[in-house]
Amino acid sequence: MKKNWKELDIALVVKRGGTAQDFKTGDWRSSKPEWNGEKCKQCLICWLFCPDSSIEVKDGKMTGIDYEHCKGCGICAKECPFKAIEMKEEKK
Amino acid sequence: MSNIVAKTGNEAMAEAMRQINPDVVAAYPITPATEIVQIFSSFVSDGKIDTIFVPTESEHSAISACIGAAAAGARVMTGTSSQGLALMHEILFIAAGLRLPMVICEVNRALSAPINIHCDHSDTMASRDAGWIQIFSEDPQEAYDQTILGMKLSEDIFFPVMVSTDGFIISHAMSRLEMFDDKDVQAFIGEHKTPYNILDTEKPITVGSIVLQDYYMEIRTQMAHEMAKAKEKIKEAYAEFNKKMKKNYSVVEAYFMDDAEYAIVALGSSAGSARYICERLRAKGEKVGVVKPRVFRPFFDREMVAILENAKGIAVLDRSDMMSSTGGHLFNELKSAFYRNEKQPPMRDYIYGLGGRDLTIGDIENLVEDIKSFSKKQGNEQDVKYITVRE
Repeated sequence: MKKNWKELDIALVVKRGGTAQDFKTGDWRSSKPEWNGEKCKQCLICWLFCPDSSIEVKDGKMTGIDYEHCKGCGICAKECPFKAIEMKEEKK
Repeated sequence: MSNIVAKTGNEAMAEAMRQINPDVVAAYPITPATEIVQIFSSFVSDGKIDTIFVPTESEHSAISACIGAAAAGARVMTGTSSQGLALMHEILFIAAGLRLPMVICEVNRALSAPINIHCDHSDTMASRDAGWIQIFSEDPQEAYDQTILGMKLSEDIFFPVMVSTDGFIISHAMSRLEMFDDKDVQAFIGEHKTPYNILDTEKPITVGSIVLQDYYMEIRTQMAHEMAKAKEKIKEAYAEFNKKMKKNYSVVEAYFMDDAEYAIVALGSSAGSARYICERLRAKGEKVGVVKPRVFRPFFDREMVAILENAKGIAVLDRSDMMSSTGGHLFNELKSAFYRNEKQPPMRDYIYGLGGRDLTIGDIENLVEDIKSFSKKQGNEQDVKYITVRE
């Protein structure tokens, strides 16, 4: 439930850290990156370039894309030297 | 204990700032307010106070630095005028929206073009919607007292406060000033209060985050309600100041208004000239009174109407024009205040003194005669009249 005006903190101060994660910017996406694990050589250039920390990495290896936060900018697909990421039209 | 000295308006405000001893003052010089921070910076370099003085490269930066310091828990002040206040305009809204306490010592001066360094209220009036408390002063004494009062008030209600004087007329004119002891000022303003602190690493916070359709309406509504509630708190602050500092101030000063048939409403230094004429006319048996709003934001509409509603005619003096064809700022506020009121006394706006044009005793005598005749034949003349101008 969103708070009404009487319930809000003064000046709408955000009282804890790390709240950017709660903002699901994936809603903004009009095109969607699709990762092909077979072409991927795990160079992690996509992880380096992604401006929204949306390349999921586990134990030093890329495992997928965080679609809750990926805005679909396409930088990962553009930078990938192995064409392992392809931009597709977002269907919702 | 008090100390009687001779000071100009700028010196008086600099002394008030010295006695407040803020943590941070960030400022940029501009005529006719330069002296305030210039004198203050000497207090700092002479070691009389321990304020961090930040000479910035512009007023935009000065008020921005004030915001940063206030958000970090510092007691902050600055001074400016005219184009300087206009350059701060964008940031004024941010200071208020972030609900940060601070005081601007503002010296009223005309806005360009054409360029002019003398007094009118265009600059302060142009920032009336920024969410600041706006206080006008009639003389160096009021400027001094209300700067001290403003600092305490700002921290009580978490709205920034602008205390203004009239350029040159007050800022550079010397008069009798009754100063408090430093320790009494410190005792009055008390411990610094802040709404939050960005440097509290135990409780990390974000200040000034983006808020779109989901919360902006709510937070602005909250701010508007808080500003409305602040009216009572401002009255209480004046009452507390009167009690502790032995003064007799009110948010709206009524002078000979109990039985007044004709009233002059004026902000700042002109109110003194109006009182002088009022006394002269009273001696001749004419029932004239003067109303001086000290606080313009928030606007004390009900208080103003209660004082003025029984008058036969109200002459409003405006030292600023809204360029809307409907008169000046004070007139428009007062017209709105009388909407839905049962009694509707005739009211005329006199726009005067732009760019420092003198308002003489004769001008005020003439406008008292004018409001009398205007009131008797209401509807036949323009509501807005430009005076102190070559026709």
